[in-house]
Amino acid sequence: MSTSVTTAQGSEQYHARLRVRRVLSEFWRWIFFASTALAIVLLGMLLYSILVPGLPWLSWNLITEMPSRIPEQAGMNSAIWGSIWVVLGSAVLSFVLGLGTAIYLEEYAEKNRWTAFIQTNISNLAGVPSIVYGLLGLVVFVDLMNMGRSVLAGAFTMAILILLIVVISAREAIRAVPSSLRQASYGLGATKWQTVRSHVLPVAFPGILTGVILAMSRAIGETAPLIVVGGASQVLFRPGSPTDPFMVMPLQIYNWTGRPQPEFEHLAAAAIIVLMIVLLIVNSLAIGLRHYFSKKTRI
Amino acid sequence: MYLNDLRISRRTFSLAVAGTVAIAPMTRVFAQDDAVVYEPAEEAELSGEFEADGSSTLGPLSEAAIEEFAAVAPDVRVTNGISGSGSGFERFVNGEIAIANASRQISDEEAALARENGIPWYRFPVAYDGITVAVSAENDFVTNLTVEELAQIWAADGGIATWADVRPEWPAEPIELYGPGTASGTFDYFSEAILGEDGEVRTDYIPSEDDNVLVQGVAGSPYALGYFGFSYYENNQDTLKAVAIDAGSGPVAPSIETIADGSYAPLARTLFIYVNANELQSRPELQEFVKFYAATADEIAPSVGYIPLPDDVEQAVYEDVLAAIDGSLPPNSETGGEASPAASPVASPAA
Repeated sequence: MSTSVTTAQGSEQYHARLRVRRVLSEFWRWIFFASTALAIVLLGMLLYSILVPGLPWLSWNLITEMPSRIPEQAGMNSAIWGSIWVVLGSAVLSFVLGLGTAIYLEEYAEKNRWTAFIQTNISNLAGVPSIVYGLLGLVVFVDLMNMGRSVLAGAFTMAILILLIVVISAREAIRAVPSSLRQASYGLGATKWQTVRSHVLPVAFPGILTGVILAMSRAIGETAPLIVVGGASQVLFRPGSPTDPFMVMPLQIYNWTGRPQPEFEHLAAAAIIVLMIVLLIVNSLAIGLRHYFSKKTRI
Repeated sequence: MYLNDLRISRRTFSLAVAGTVAIAPMTRVFAQDDAVVYEPAEEAELSGEFEADGSSTLGPLSEAAIEEFAAVAPDVRVTNGISGSGSGFERFVNGEIAIANASRQISDEEAALARENGIPWYRFPVAYDGITVAVSAENDFVTNLTVEELAQIWAADGGIATWADVRPEWPAEPIELYGPGTASGTFDYFSEAILGEDGEVRTDYIPSEDDNVLVQGVAGSPYALGYFGFSYYENNQDTLKAVAIDAGSGPVAPSIETIADGSYAPLARTLFIYVNANELQSRPELQEFVKFYAATADEIAPSVGYIPLPDDVEQAVYEDVLAAIDGSLPPNSETGGEASPAASPVASPAA
């Protein structure tokens, strides 16, 4: 008798607790949902505040015409071409420099204090505000190396800014190559360089490429360093050589938002839409290329 | 041949569009009643590249002049920067740029550096601007301020915290102050005109290099006060109210007329371009641009919110430009910091 009472009591307690536990579980579920929803609501608000003023101003003019003081005729053609020049230039530079660094650190460097020091430094670069890269570019590339406010100076500055992303993604891609592949190559008498060139790099290539393209999309949207290095607020021509002055899309947007006429704010919103479309294209390119190359080199 | 035809027709087309869409520009560039009519140079194919940089106030006007010049001389590539009057002069006296846009005159230090670096220069007035002191349209008590009151409000030791401290009949609400940052030529000009050369400006105001931020700040509160270029007031008249300034002879509100005739004192100012004399005398494309700018600035100015020079001043400036090009006018850097006879009737505190 007494035992059955205790069991009944126990079962009652159990059910009471179960209810609390379930309520609590549900509570946390909604907290997590709310935090996700908040992020989505904020994104929605951002898109709304850009699309509403921007969409009516979206036109071919914006892509084909040069900047103008008359908002109806103003376009960002020189900025689009400037962005293409600077971003492609920085992609090539950071690819060469970043891949070299990654191969050295992963394949050649001894694991000692010195390489640990370099690695810490590379990781710390992530925390450096981008304006600092702009100041570095202004001093080193524009003044010391006498490049002037040219496409070349902009590309070098951006290359340093995105180098970190390229190095980290290339190192991870190289590290993911199974060591059995290297051992097999060495077993056949191949040198380190032959192994890296013919076996490690082809397999790691999709990962490296993704890193470079993601770094490029970072460079397309970056404004602060180029305000310092580029400087020009109006460029009415496309760059024709690496020594030409340039304008990039985020700088054009920044300039338009500072104009007194309210029409230019709408134009800036339309330009942001163009920038977002370009970013989406670049990012889907990254996914596509990655897919293509990983099918080609599947092991 | 075909391509060439196409290019010309596109240019003509864009000119036609500019004429119909825009409020003022281009329509008067070719008008006969204008004091100075720009005539394109004989030698048709001008080419080359030069850079202008400096005042963000003057920036929109220079950009507009460059834009119109591109229609006249499509192979001349001109870039314009807006890094501020001070930074513009810094690059100018180092010989990096051909033209410095300036919303104030060159300082003695900057002129000394130019001399040291062997850079003689010309100074040409291109338009007027009136620094506008504004309050929100919701503000129903302020209509005018004396220069002394403005000085008291903005001085570091003025002791003004509320509107009642300025005039006892105004509400005892804290004044919210908005103004450009210390790197701006507008800040320099305003501080010197209101507080004098040695006056110390209070630091507890909200600064921004973006004038639209200042406009929104002032418009947002009935107890706010701020100052910026006339064009920012002109484009926001529905949310702002310009304060008339009393410099001793009664309050004068900023308007195109009061700024042009100099009665909006002491905040009406002249905007200048400084041109490297060596480059001006040796480069035909730069000569053509400066001539074009001097002849058409008055037609372009209203469309970007500036006050054009009166016809007689424009005429005198244009003649100075021609004389500077053939070398018969000595560079302003040699004649000292004195304002040239062509300079404005508007008193400039830096002169």
